[in-house]
Amino acid sequence: MTTTEPAIRNRQTAAGDVVLSVRNLHVTFPSEAGLVKAVRGLSFDLLAGETMAIVGESGSGKSVTSLAIMGLHPRNARIAGSITLHGRELVGLSDAEMSSIRGEDLAMIFQDPLSALTPVYTIGDQIVEAIQTHHDVGRTQAWKRAVELLDLVGIPNPQLRVKSFPHEFSGGMRQRAMIAQAIANDPDVIIADEPTTALDVTIQAQVLEVLKKAQLETGAAVIMITHDLGVVAGMSDRVTVMYAGRPVEQGSVDDIFYNPRMPYTIGLLGAVPRLDATNSEPLATLQGNPPTVVDLPPGCPFVPRCPLAHAGCREQEPELAPVGPGHTTACWESDRIRAEKLTSKDIFPAPVIERTVFESIPRDERDTVLSLAGMKKHYPLMKGAVLRRRVGTVYAVDGIDLDLRRGETLGLVGESGCGKSTTLLEILNLHSPTDGKIVVFGKDTSRLNRGETKTMRRDLQVVFQDPMASLDPRMPIFDIIAEPLGVHGWSKGKIETRVMELLKTVGLEESHANRYPQHFSGGQRQRVGIARALALEPELIVLDEPVSALDVSIQAGIINLLEELKQRLTLSYLFVAHDLAVIRHIADRVAVMYLGKIVEIGTVAEVYNRPSHPYTQALLSAIPIPDPQTERTRTRILLRGDLPSPANPPSGCKFRTRCPIFEQLTPEQRTPCLETMPPLDPAPAGAVVALQEAISLSATARGAGDTRVDHLVACYYARPTKVL
Amino acid sequence: MSIDFRISEEPEALDGATAPIAPISKRLSRGQLVRRRFFRNRSAVVGLVIIGVLVVLALFGQYLLPWQFDQRDLGQYYKPPSAQHLFGTTQAGFDVMSRTVRGLGKSLIIGFMVAIIQTTMAALIGSSAAYIGGWYERAWLWVIDLMLVLPSFFLIAIVSQGGPKGQYAWLLLVVLLAAFGWQLSARVVRSLSMSVKEREYVAAARFMGLSTPRLLVRHIVPNIASMLIVDVCLGVGYAILGEAGLSYFGYGVQAPDTSLGTLISEGAQSTTIAPWIFLAPASVLVLLVMCVNALGDGLRDALDPSSLSGGQA
Amino acid sequence: MVKYLLLRIANYALLLFIAVSLAWVLAQTQLHPRQLFEVRNPPIDPQSIENILRAANVSDHVPLWDRYVTWIRGIFLHWDWGTSPGGADVGDEIGRRIWVSFRLVTIGWLLGTFIGVTLGAWTAVRQYRISDRVVTALILILVATPSYVTGEVSKMVATVVNKQVGFQLFLFLGEKSTGTLPSYPLSDVVDRVQHMVLPTLVLTLLGMAGLQRLQRGLMLDALGSDFVRTARAKGLRENKAVMKHALRTALIPTGTYFAFQAATLFVGATFTERIFAFQGMGIYGVDTISKQNINGVVAVTAFGGLCYLVGALLADLMVAFLDPRVRLS
Repeated sequence: MTTTEPAIRNRQTAAGDVVLSVRNLHVTFPSEAGLVKAVRGLSFDLLAGETMAIVGESGSGKSVTSLAIMGLHPRNARIAGSITLHGRELVGLSDAEMSSIRGEDLAMIFQDPLSALTPVYTIGDQIVEAIQTHHDVGRTQAWKRAVELLDLVGIPNPQLRVKSFPHEFSGGMRQRAMIAQAIANDPDVIIADEPTTALDVTIQAQVLEVLKKAQLETGAAVIMITHDLGVVAGMSDRVTVMYAGRPVEQGSVDDIFYNPRMPYTIGLLGAVPRLDATNSEPLATLQGNPPTVVDLPPGCPFVPRCPLAHAGCREQEPELAPVGPGHTTACWESDRIRAEKLTSKDIFPAPVIERTVFESIPRDERDTVLSLAGMKKHYPLMKGAVLRRRVGTVYAVDGIDLDLRRGETLGLVGESGCGKSTTLLEILNLHSPTDGKIVVFGKDTSRLNRGETKTMRRDLQVVFQDPMASLDPRMPIFDIIAEPLGVHGWSKGKIETRVMELLKTVGLEESHANRYPQHFSGGQRQRVGIARALALEPELIVLDEPVSALDVSIQAGIINLLEELKQRLTLSYLFVAHDLAVIRHIADRVAVMYLGKIVEIGTVAEVYNRPSHPYTQALLSAIPIPDPQTERTRTRILLRGDLPSPANPPSGCKFRTRCPIFEQLTPEQRTPCLETMPPLDPAPAGAVVALQEAISLSATARGAGDTRVDHLVACYYARPTKVL
Repeated sequence: MSIDFRISEEPEALDGATAPIAPISKRLSRGQLVRRRFFRNRSAVVGLVIIGVLVVLALFGQYLLPWQFDQRDLGQYYKPPSAQHLFGTTQAGFDVMSRTVRGLGKSLIIGFMVAIIQTTMAALIGSSAAYIGGWYERAWLWVIDLMLVLPSFFLIAIVSQGGPKGQYAWLLLVVLLAAFGWQLSARVVRSLSMSVKEREYVAAARFMGLSTPRLLVRHIVPNIASMLIVDVCLGVGYAILGEAGLSYFGYGVQAPDTSLGTLISEGAQSTTIAPWIFLAPASVLVLLVMCVNALGDGLRDALDPSSLSGGQA
Repeated sequence: MVKYLLLRIANYALLLFIAVSLAWVLAQTQLHPRQLFEVRNPPIDPQSIENILRAANVSDHVPLWDRYVTWIRGIFLHWDWGTSPGGADVGDEIGRRIWVSFRLVTIGWLLGTFIGVTLGAWTAVRQYRISDRVVTALILILVATPSYVTGEVSKMVATVVNKQVGFQLFLFLGEKSTGTLPSYPLSDVVDRVQHMVLPTLVLTLLGMAGLQRLQRGLMLDALGSDFVRTARAKGLRENKAVMKHALRTALIPTGTYFAFQAATLFVGATFTERIFAFQGMGIYGVDTISKQNINGVVAVTAFGGLCYLVGALLADLMVAFLDPRVRLS
């Protein structure tokens, strides 16, 4: 790699040999409810230099597995089975022996890079520590190596940044530092536990790229633990799918994605909304929830959710059995699945959702339920605990215009900090914003009297992101759903019938009414949240990331429910999300926000098929698609650096600091970008350019747009491009 | 610990959205979980039992014990513990045990009254400051700072010295101890309420159109209730010690009334010749405060799902 | 930063001024120095009493506002905190007693902090083992034991020991012996040490108990944190990961507490001073109240308030010193 690295060890394994071998691994630990069998018989071989993904939903045992391999499981956990590294048994090694392996041969990257770095030491100190723990290197040399490593993972100004503390780094940079630390000693195996889950998509794309680079440099084998099938498709050679602590399907990435033989895998793949899907048919839904791994009944744990299950499945749990070269599944029905070529549509019938009357009415002829005109929300930036003083202004939302028609879903997308949630809260507050106007149902929110406010509170409802946080844990479901009814003066009897009716509407049982939120799974809680929002028969519902906290298999059910309700009850949705695939699936129109501004807005078909703003293009290209072949051939635009702080936005076009087009421009061409934020104008007409070409083409001023097409873009050099 | 560990430790619903929920017996309600966690904590349970015994003793002691607190056993001066006088007698021939029980009663009353008053104040002031915010909040924070700046012990002593004397003088003491005892709890309540206020279910209720007082009562106070329960508990210990400290210098409960503090102070004068007069009330005081603290700790661990008392098998 | 610090100090000064003024009002209205003289035998003539009280600016016949103005003038113009009703200068008294308290408390405070932190960290690492349970149980007893009980018990034990060894090994009246000292070399130092052992022990136990609880809790939080796991994943042995990563981080709040205590030491040991007959600040506060010495008690509370605020300031500086997250923002 470089000259100062610690003496590189001779690899004990050639490419293609087994580095790490796990056999019949069991991990159990005691808990309140009984013995948790977190991992129940996991076996795999990891080959040198390859990437194996372990996929599963929460509680599937994937993270426990990684800790068990590292020997970092909680002290009260019991490990059975065998884990061998280069043929050396790791189970039962003493802490001293394990410590000499950890960080040297086995390295780990954790999910949350903020809490995973010690806050009181500099990044450099922590990398140096990793080196010096295993190698007798002088401090200057180790320090020099730390700088090199930071350079390798793409930290700008590494000589300077090496002295920074973790809190001075952004999330993406911290995760880069974590990777630098993990590869410091050139390990044979790197375990990455959800390494990008906490990051925004454009940052995720950067970090995954760094991870690939790190792997290339070190030749290490990687175990990639994730729930994101898109990441799996793009990163891994082989895949292990886990369910309820057990591997249910193992094979090459192509086997798993194109030829799955286990209903759970098939359902999971069918349940993910695809960014590149051109139709928006309802998603396959897996009923029910993953089981807890305490007191599992005999038989296959997937039985309660499996439409193919029969009596035999309940009696005995299937073992992993080969179904093809290097491809194994644990399912009694895998032969039938192959013979009948069953797909997710055959196994998990998707609901039929009827279209509303509004579909046939042109958009212009429908009422406007919500419109924002030049809406701004600025916060004072305060500092100090005792004497608070204003040190600046956060331009959270800096002048946006949009309107939402009856029966329509408008998706508002962007990365964290772009102002999408602030927009939503401003609308809900029903006060006047810092500047501009919010008009709900034709009424300006700055001029509402009490009665009007109350009516508006009835007709405008909200569904929040985290279904646990949005339900008071001390109230039974009945009271939660009844609360808005009580506020609006419904009689007791009417409330009772209404609540029961609502429970049924969202797919819950009447008997659930007396239970508390903590008795429900995430998906069920979100259904309660939706029932509460529907209670007063609103016209407009704003949804703040309603599915992003849910597991993939649960998410699809909620998306379908929202879609069905919208059609049945003729609702309008303002749908805030960071997941562009979900938005493509559910929305009619979409607005892309960046640093408090809308940079592109239009119909879903227009924006996804002809993205014209470089940010939209980058965003779309950054999102991994759960399709290995597509992933292998895709071109990505990797944005530089992080989102600038909304307290200190750049002059002119807010995107210019990260804009790939801006970089290519001549100084004269840059002038408009530096001076004023480009206005939202109709997107240029004409044929789309392929992304590959678009990158190499020199920038030209935007062409004229067609005002009749519902597609606006704020860029002086906008050019419709084919990203997907 | 990883996400997986945490999720499997708090068992959730096993079943589908449309499938019926599994029988109740399989799942633990919050109340059951709290109880289970509490009863696993042996010192807290022992504390609870001892407090119970002491309360019964204080309430019915005069009917159970052979001697009344104001009854002299003539000729029995400075007698060490014996079968007749379990804890010995005082200089004037009073039975130490019955006087200790009498003092215990007063200490307990003061402790509970102070704890309840100060926690109520802390809850009202802390949560309203957090919710209303603005100048109202700043004003209270400033008042809290103001009251914390000066050594409250001296201020209480000044008022106690100059205040009215007589049978009900101890009520003034209760008021004073509570008046100088709520500030730190109020700060905790405030920051806790701030975090509760930020939670989405409170936002949801606000967007529903719930009025501020109803929001406070329905959503904020119940969610800080567990902290308040613990605070009452620890407040009892604080108040008993505070009263005893004041009494030790003669600023607490005044004769002929008596409390553990006054008894300790009296006993301290004859530790060399009759240590039992000191040791009896002192050990009861330590025992009581210990039990109250253990109970408070146990309650906190049981009520706080993030505490480490769970999962230890 | 400097401007911020100055603003903060200004706010504290205002806070202190108002707090002390309120304390002054409380003392002036609640204490009755006139009673001291009215009960004298032979009786003193009322005019003389009035003169004495006026001289000390504590006569309730003078309007409260006038007394307040006189008192404020005295402080701001001449740094004169007044006299006791008997005429003794309050400022002198406090100036002398500060150092008595300081000498009494310092060693116990340092020892208590050190032992408490060590025990806390140690028991956290050994959570639920026998050693943790035993220490935690002992600490539970100590926390529930007020210093006057610890003090009295230590005196009782010392008396027995003295009797057993046949000479006065432990001394517990005041800072040093008043009579003539034995003639061996350094006998004055030995005498002082003999006086210091018991009060230091009491204060050590007191400080240790609180800090052990604090440190154990902090340490348990730190031990469960992700960054300790990262350190272990790098290959650090358990002990090193604990010492270098968990303990260092868990020491931040303790450091703050330590800094805060440094300033409040002077008024914090009222009971210990009483039990071991040290003429310190704490006992002065109590005595001034019983002797109706209004100016004295106000001066003590003012001094206590000052200590509190200096402590708060020191605590802030300490956090900034220990925690890079605070330092840089």
